[in-house]
Amino acid sequence: MPDIMKFFIYLLVMAGVTYLVRMIPLVLIKKKVTNRFIKSFLYYVPYSVLAVMTVPAIFSATSYLISAVIGFAVALILSYMEKSLIVVASSACAAVLVTEIVMRYVVL
Amino acid sequence: MKKMNDSFPEGVKDGIPIGLGYLSVSFAFGILAVGAGLDIWQAVIISMTNLTSAGQLAAVPIIAGFGSLAELASTQLVINMRYALMSVSLSQKLGENVRLRDRFLIAFCNTDEIFAVASGKEGSVGRHYMLGLALTPYIGWSLGTLLGAVAGNILPDVLVSALGVAMYGMFIAIVVPPSKKSRPTALCVFTAIAMSCIMNFVPLFEKIPGGFVIIICAALASLIFAIIAPVKDENEEVKENA
Repeated sequence: MPDIMKFFIYLLVMAGVTYLVRMIPLVLIKKKVTNRFIKSFLYYVPYSVLAVMTVPAIFSATSYLISAVIGFAVALILSYMEKSLIVVASSACAAVLVTEIVMRYVVL
Repeated sequence: MKKMNDSFPEGVKDGIPIGLGYLSVSFAFGILAVGAGLDIWQAVIISMTNLTSAGQLAAVPIIAGFGSLAELASTQLVINMRYALMSVSLSQKLGENVRLRDRFLIAFCNTDEIFAVASGKEGSVGRHYMLGLALTPYIGWSLGTLLGAVAGNILPDVLVSALGVAMYGMFIAIVVPPSKKSRPTALCVFTAIAMSCIMNFVPLFEKIPGGFVIIICAALASLIFAIIAPVKDENEEVKENA
Protein backbone atom coordinates (compact mmCIF):
# COMPACT_ATOMS: atom_id res chain seq x y z
CA MET A 1 0.00 0.00 0.00
CA PRO A 2 1.26 3.50 -0.80
CA ASP A 3 2.12 5.68 2.22
CA ILE A 4 -0.12 8.60 3.14
CA MET A 5 1.77 11.18 1.10
CA LYS A 6 1.75 9.01 -2.02
CA PHE A 7 -1.92 8.21 -1.50
CA PHE A 8 -2.84 11.90 -1.47
CA ILE A 9 -0.93 12.47 -4.68
CA TYR A 10 -2.89 9.62 -6.31
CA LEU A 11 -6.09 11.11 -4.91
CA LEU A 12 -5.30 14.57 -6.24
CA VAL A 13 -4.56 13.29 -9.74
CA MET A 14 -7.63 11.10 -9.83
CA ALA A 15 -10.09 13.64 -8.42
CA GLY A 16 -8.50 16.45 -10.44
CA VAL A 17 -8.87 14.70 -13.80
CA THR A 18 -12.42 13.58 -13.03
CA TYR A 19 -13.44 17.08 -11.95
CA LEU A 20 -11.85 18.91 -14.88
CA VAL A 21 -13.58 16.64 -17.38
CA ARG A 22 -16.93 17.52 -15.84
CA MET A 23 -16.23 21.17 -15.10
CA ILE A 24 -14.65 22.57 -18.25
CA PRO A 25 -17.62 22.07 -20.62
CA LEU A 26 -20.17 23.13 -18.00
CA VAL A 27 -18.36 26.38 -17.19
CA LEU A 28 -17.36 27.26 -20.76
CA ILE A 29 -20.65 26.62 -22.50
CA LYS A 30 -23.14 29.15 -21.20
CA LYS A 31 -25.15 29.92 -24.32
CA LYS A 32 -28.12 27.87 -25.39
CA VAL A 33 -27.45 25.78 -28.45
CA THR A 34 -30.06 26.64 -31.07
CA ASN A 35 -28.78 24.37 -33.80
CA ARG A 36 -31.33 21.57 -34.18
CA PHE A 37 -28.71 18.99 -35.13
CA ILE A 38 -26.58 19.63 -32.05
CA LYS A 39 -29.68 19.72 -29.85
CA SER A 40 -30.73 16.34 -31.22
CA PHE A 41 -27.26 14.92 -30.68
CA LEU A 42 -27.31 16.09 -27.07
CA TYR A 43 -30.78 14.64 -26.58
CA TYR A 44 -29.59 11.15 -27.60
CA VAL A 45 -26.33 11.25 -25.62
CA PRO A 46 -27.57 10.24 -22.15
CA TYR A 47 -29.46 7.20 -23.43
CA SER A 48 -26.74 5.95 -25.73
CA VAL A 49 -24.06 6.42 -23.06
CA LEU A 50 -25.99 4.53 -20.41
CA ALA A 51 -26.92 1.77 -22.87
CA VAL A 52 -23.30 1.29 -23.90
CA MET A 53 -22.18 1.23 -20.28
CA THR A 54 -24.75 -1.44 -19.43
CA VAL A 55 -24.41 -3.87 -22.33
CA PRO A 56 -22.41 -6.07 -22.37
CA ALA A 57 -20.77 -5.10 -19.03
CA ILE A 58 -23.74 -6.25 -16.94
CA PHE A 59 -23.22 -9.84 -18.10
CA SER A 60 -19.89 -10.04 -16.34
CA ALA A 61 -20.95 -8.10 -13.23
CA THR A 62 -21.97 -11.16 -11.21
CA SER A 63 -20.50 -14.57 -10.35
CA TYR A 64 -22.47 -16.43 -13.01
CA LEU A 65 -23.64 -15.41 -16.49
CA ILE A 66 -27.07 -16.91 -15.88
CA SER A 67 -27.73 -14.81 -12.77
CA ALA A 68 -26.73 -11.67 -14.64
CA VAL A 69 -29.10 -12.57 -17.49
CA ILE A 70 -31.96 -13.03 -15.03
CA GLY A 71 -31.12 -9.77 -13.23
CA PHE A 72 -31.01 -8.00 -16.60
CA ALA A 73 -34.39 -9.45 -17.63
CA VAL A 74 -36.00 -8.42 -14.32
CA ALA A 75 -34.64 -4.87 -14.70
CA LEU A 76 -35.94 -4.68 -18.30
CA ILE A 77 -39.43 -5.85 -17.39
CA LEU A 78 -39.79 -3.58 -14.35
CA SER A 79 -38.41 -0.54 -16.14
CA TYR A 80 -40.78 -1.23 -19.04
CA MET A 81 -43.53 -1.04 -16.43
CA GLU A 82 -41.96 2.32 -15.47
CA LYS A 83 -41.10 1.38 -11.91
CA SER A 84 -38.79 3.78 -10.06
CA LEU A 85 -34.98 3.62 -10.12
CA ILE A 86 -34.77 2.09 -6.69
CA VAL A 87 -37.40 -0.60 -7.36
CA VAL A 88 -35.73 -1.63 -10.61
CA ALA A 89 -32.21 -1.66 -9.14
CA SER A 90 -33.09 -3.51 -5.95
CA SER A 91 -35.29 -6.07 -7.75
CA ALA A 92 -32.46 -6.81 -10.18
CA CYS A 93 -30.14 -7.38 -7.21
CA ALA A 94 -32.71 -9.59 -5.50
CA ALA A 95 -33.16 -11.64 -8.69
CA VAL A 96 -29.40 -12.19 -8.93
CA LEU A 97 -29.24 -13.12 -5.27
CA VAL A 98 -32.03 -15.69 -5.50
CA THR A 99 -30.59 -17.19 -8.68
CA GLU A 100 -27.12 -17.55 -7.18
CA ILE A 101 -28.42 -19.05 -3.97
CA VAL A 102 -30.35 -21.61 -5.98
CA MET A 103 -27.31 -22.36 -8.13
CA ARG A 104 -24.88 -22.71 -5.25
CA TYR A 105 -26.90 -24.52 -2.68
CA VAL A 106 -29.65 -26.30 -4.58
CA VAL A 107 -28.45 -27.16 -8.07
CA LEU A 108 -24.76 -27.69 -7.42
CA MET B 1 -41.96 30.37 -21.72
CA LYS B 2 -40.35 27.11 -20.81
CA LYS B 3 -40.88 25.52 -17.45
CA MET B 4 -38.19 26.09 -14.83
CA ASN B 5 -37.66 23.57 -12.05
CA ASP B 6 -36.05 25.29 -9.11
CA SER B 7 -37.43 23.78 -5.95
CA PHE B 8 -34.87 22.44 -3.49
CA PRO B 9 -37.34 19.96 -1.87
CA GLU B 10 -38.36 18.66 -5.27
CA GLY B 11 -34.68 18.11 -6.09
CA VAL B 12 -34.18 16.23 -2.84
CA LYS B 13 -37.24 14.10 -3.58
CA ASP B 14 -35.96 13.20 -7.06
CA GLY B 15 -32.52 12.49 -5.60
CA ILE B 16 -33.63 9.95 -2.99
CA PRO B 17 -33.92 6.95 -5.34
CA ILE B 18 -30.47 7.80 -6.73
CA GLY B 19 -29.08 8.06 -3.20
CA LEU B 20 -30.50 4.68 -2.28
CA GLY B 21 -29.12 3.14 -5.45
CA TYR B 22 -25.72 4.68 -4.73
CA LEU B 23 -25.78 3.27 -1.25
CA SER B 24 -25.65 -0.23 -2.68
CA VAL B 25 -23.25 0.50 -5.54
CA SER B 26 -20.76 2.33 -3.31
CA PHE B 27 -21.14 -0.43 -0.77
CA ALA B 28 -19.68 -2.73 -3.43
CA PHE B 29 -16.92 -0.19 -4.06
CA GLY B 30 -16.08 -0.05 -0.33
CA ILE B 31 -15.75 -3.83 -0.23
CA LEU B 32 -13.53 -3.87 -3.29
CA ALA B 33 -11.28 -1.05 -2.10
CA VAL B 34 -10.63 -2.60 1.31
CA GLY B 35 -10.25 -6.01 -0.32
CA ALA B 36 -7.49 -4.55 -2.52
CA GLY B 37 -5.68 -3.28 0.58
CA LEU B 38 -6.83 0.33 0.98
CA ASP B 39 -7.70 1.69 4.42
CA ILE B 40 -11.32 2.41 5.25
CA TRP B 41 -10.74 6.18 5.38
CA GLN B 42 -8.96 6.05 2.02
CA ALA B 43 -11.93 4.33 0.37
CA VAL B 44 -14.29 6.94 1.86
CA ILE B 45 -12.19 9.94 0.86
CA ILE B 46 -11.89 8.62 -2.70
CA SER B 47 -15.69 8.46 -2.91
CA MET B 48 -16.14 11.89 -1.36
CA THR B 49 -13.77 13.57 -3.81
CA ASN B 50 -14.51 11.67 -7.00
CA LEU B 51 -18.19 10.71 -7.02
CA THR B 52 -17.90 8.34 -9.94
CA SER B 53 -18.39 4.59 -10.05
CA ALA B 54 -16.43 3.24 -13.00
CA GLY B 55 -13.47 5.58 -12.53
CA GLN B 56 -13.07 4.70 -8.88
CA LEU B 57 -13.32 0.98 -9.57
CA ALA B 58 -10.58 1.26 -12.17
CA ALA B 59 -8.36 3.37 -9.89
CA VAL B 60 -8.24 0.95 -6.97
CA PRO B 61 -5.95 -1.65 -8.54
CA ILE B 62 -3.69 1.11 -9.89
CA ILE B 63 -3.33 2.76 -6.48
CA ALA B 64 -2.99 -0.52 -4.61
CA GLY B 65 -0.42 -1.75 -7.15
CA PHE B 66 1.71 1.43 -7.12
CA GLY B 67 0.81 2.21 -10.74
CA SER B 68 2.20 5.36 -12.34
CA LEU B 69 0.43 8.70 -12.04
CA ALA B 70 0.28 8.87 -15.83
CA GLU B 71 -1.55 5.55 -15.93
CA LEU B 72 -3.97 6.74 -13.26
CA ALA B 73 -4.59 10.08 -14.98
CA SER B 74 -5.10 8.57 -18.43
CA THR B 75 -7.40 5.85 -17.11
CA GLN B 76 -9.55 8.44 -15.36
CA LEU B 77 -9.56 10.67 -18.42
CA VAL B 78 -10.69 7.90 -20.73
CA ILE B 79 -13.28 6.35 -18.42
CA ASN B 80 -14.70 9.69 -17.39
CA MET B 81 -14.62 11.43 -20.76
CA ARG B 82 -18.32 10.66 -21.09
CA TYR B 83 -18.94 13.29 -18.42
CA ALA B 84 -17.65 15.95 -20.79
CA LEU B 85 -20.37 14.92 -23.21
CA MET B 86 -22.90 15.01 -20.37
CA SER B 87 -21.70 18.40 -19.15
CA VAL B 88 -22.15 19.82 -22.63
CA SER B 89 -25.68 18.46 -22.62
CA LEU B 90 -26.36 19.65 -19.05
CA SER B 91 -25.10 23.15 -19.89
CA GLN B 92 -28.17 23.47 -22.11
CA LYS B 93 -30.51 22.42 -19.36
CA LEU B 94 -29.46 24.87 -16.65
CA GLY B 95 -31.81 27.76 -15.93
CA GLU B 96 -31.20 31.50 -15.78
CA ASN B 97 -30.45 31.65 -12.05
CA VAL B 98 -27.46 29.30 -12.27
CA ARG B 99 -24.40 31.45 -11.62
CA LEU B 100 -20.84 30.72 -12.59
CA ARG B 101 -19.92 29.52 -9.11
CA ASP B 102 -22.95 27.21 -9.10
CA ARG B 103 -21.64 25.68 -12.29
CA PHE B 104 -18.36 24.81 -10.54
CA LEU B 105 -20.35 22.99 -7.88
CA ILE B 106 -22.91 21.35 -10.17
CA ALA B 107 -20.07 20.05 -12.37
CA PHE B 108 -18.68 18.14 -9.42
CA CYS B 109 -22.03 16.38 -8.95
CA ASN B 110 -22.61 15.57 -12.61
CA THR B 111 -22.86 11.80 -12.31
CA ASP B 112 -24.56 9.50 -14.82
CA GLU B 113 -27.74 9.28 -12.75
CA ILE B 114 -27.97 12.90 -11.61
CA PHE B 115 -27.41 13.92 -15.20
CA ALA B 116 -30.04 11.49 -16.43
CA VAL B 117 -32.68 12.67 -13.96
CA ALA B 118 -31.92 16.35 -14.65
CA SER B 119 -32.13 15.67 -18.40
CA GLY B 120 -35.49 14.00 -17.91
CA LYS B 121 -37.09 17.06 -16.30
CA GLU B 122 -39.35 19.10 -18.50
CA GLY B 123 -37.97 22.59 -19.17
CA SER B 124 -34.87 23.87 -17.43
CA VAL B 125 -33.37 23.12 -14.00
CA GLY B 126 -32.31 25.82 -11.53
CA ARG B 127 -29.57 25.93 -8.93
CA HIS B 128 -31.77 25.02 -5.96
CA TYR B 129 -33.20 22.02 -7.76
CA MET B 130 -29.75 20.81 -8.81
CA LEU B 131 -28.26 21.17 -5.34
CA GLY B 132 -31.25 19.33 -3.84
CA LEU B 133 -30.93 16.62 -6.47
CA ALA B 134 -27.23 16.09 -5.70
CA LEU B 135 -27.58 16.03 -1.91
CA THR B 136 -28.85 12.51 -1.20
CA PRO B 137 -26.72 10.83 -3.88
CA TYR B 138 -23.62 12.45 -2.36
CA ILE B 139 -24.51 11.28 1.13
CA GLY B 140 -25.51 7.84 -0.18
CA TRP B 141 -22.29 7.45 -2.15
CA SER B 142 -20.05 8.42 0.80
CA LEU B 143 -22.01 6.52 3.44
CA GLY B 144 -22.33 3.38 1.30
CA THR B 145 -18.57 3.35 0.76
CA LEU B 146 -18.01 3.60 4.50
CA LEU B 147 -20.47 0.79 5.25
CA GLY B 148 -19.02 -1.44 2.54
CA ALA B 149 -15.47 -0.77 3.68
CA VAL B 150 -16.33 -1.53 7.31
CA ALA B 151 -18.74 -4.44 6.86
CA GLY B 152 -17.66 -5.76 3.48
CA ASN B 153 -15.55 -8.69 4.53
CA ILE B 154 -18.29 -10.11 6.71
CA LEU B 155 -20.71 -10.19 3.79
CA PRO B 156 -21.04 -13.45 1.87
CA ASP B 157 -19.82 -13.51 -1.77
CA VAL B 158 -23.29 -14.18 -3.02
CA LEU B 159 -24.54 -10.82 -1.67
CA VAL B 160 -21.57 -8.94 -3.11
CA SER B 161 -22.24 -10.53 -6.49
CA ALA B 162 -25.91 -9.48 -6.34
CA LEU B 163 -24.96 -5.86 -5.56
CA GLY B 164 -22.87 -5.86 -8.73
CA VAL B 165 -25.98 -5.28 -10.88
CA ALA B 166 -27.42 -2.39 -8.84
CA MET B 167 -25.79 0.30 -10.95
CA TYR B 168 -26.84 -1.33 -14.21
CA GLY B 169 -30.38 -1.70 -12.88
CA MET B 170 -30.50 2.07 -12.43
CA PHE B 171 -29.18 2.68 -15.92
CA ILE B 172 -31.82 0.39 -17.38
CA ALA B 173 -34.54 2.20 -15.42
CA ILE B 174 -33.39 5.49 -16.95
CA VAL B 175 -33.09 4.26 -20.53
CA VAL B 176 -36.17 2.07 -20.99
CA PRO B 177 -39.11 4.44 -20.29
CA PRO B 178 -38.10 7.10 -22.89
CA SER B 179 -37.26 4.31 -25.35
CA LYS B 180 -40.79 3.02 -24.94
CA LYS B 181 -42.27 6.42 -25.79
CA SER B 182 -39.96 7.41 -28.62
CA ARG B 183 -39.08 5.00 -31.38
CA PRO B 184 -35.94 6.85 -32.54
CA THR B 185 -34.67 6.80 -28.94
CA ALA B 186 -35.18 3.04 -28.80
CA LEU B 187 -33.44 2.54 -32.13
CA CYS B 188 -30.57 4.76 -31.02
CA VAL B 189 -30.21 2.69 -27.85
CA PHE B 190 -30.19 -0.57 -29.85
CA THR B 191 -27.63 0.84 -32.27
CA ALA B 192 -25.39 1.93 -29.39
CA ILE B 193 -25.68 -1.53 -27.80
CA ALA B 194 -24.90 -3.29 -31.07
CA MET B 195 -21.79 -1.14 -31.51
CA SER B 196 -20.78 -1.73 -27.91
CA CYS B 197 -21.04 -5.51 -28.36
CA ILE B 198 -19.02 -5.39 -31.57
CA MET B 199 -16.31 -3.31 -29.91
CA ASN B 200 -16.22 -5.64 -26.93
CA PHE B 201 -16.26 -8.97 -28.72
CA VAL B 202 -14.54 -8.49 -32.08
CA PRO B 203 -10.82 -9.15 -31.53
CA LEU B 204 -9.84 -6.31 -33.88
CA PHE B 205 -11.04 -3.77 -31.28
CA GLU B 206 -9.78 -5.44 -28.14
CA LYS B 207 -6.91 -3.01 -27.67
CA ILE B 208 -9.24 -0.01 -27.36
CA PRO B 209 -9.66 0.92 -23.68
CA GLY B 210 -13.17 0.55 -22.25
CA GLY B 211 -13.60 4.27 -21.66
CA PHE B 212 -12.98 5.01 -25.32
CA VAL B 213 -15.41 2.29 -26.35
CA ILE B 214 -18.14 4.11 -24.40
CA ILE B 215 -17.43 7.48 -26.00
CA ILE B 216 -17.01 6.13 -29.53
CA CYS B 217 -20.21 4.05 -29.48
CA ALA B 218 -22.34 6.65 -27.70
CA ALA B 219 -21.16 9.56 -29.81
CA LEU B 220 -21.54 7.60 -33.06
CA ALA B 221 -25.04 6.32 -32.27
CA SER B 222 -26.17 9.80 -31.12
CA LEU B 223 -24.66 11.35 -34.24
CA ILE B 224 -26.44 8.93 -36.57
CA PHE B 225 -29.80 9.54 -34.94
CA ALA B 226 -29.30 13.29 -34.74
CA ILE B 227 -28.98 13.12 -38.54
CA ILE B 228 -31.74 10.65 -39.39
CA ALA B 229 -34.18 11.49 -36.57
CA PRO B 230 -33.66 15.04 -35.28
CA VAL B 231 -35.84 15.83 -32.27
CA LYS B 232 -38.71 18.30 -32.55
CA ASP B 233 -37.95 21.90 -31.64
CA GLU B 234 -38.96 23.20 -28.21
CA ASN B 235 -40.16 19.77 -27.27
CA GLU B 236 -38.20 17.92 -24.64
CA GLU B 237 -39.72 14.55 -25.68
CA VAL B 238 -38.77 12.80 -22.46
CA LYS B 239 -40.96 12.94 -19.42
CA GLU B 240 -39.72 12.78 -15.88
CA ASN B 241 -38.37 9.33 -15.12
CA ALA B 242 -38.21 9.27 -11.33
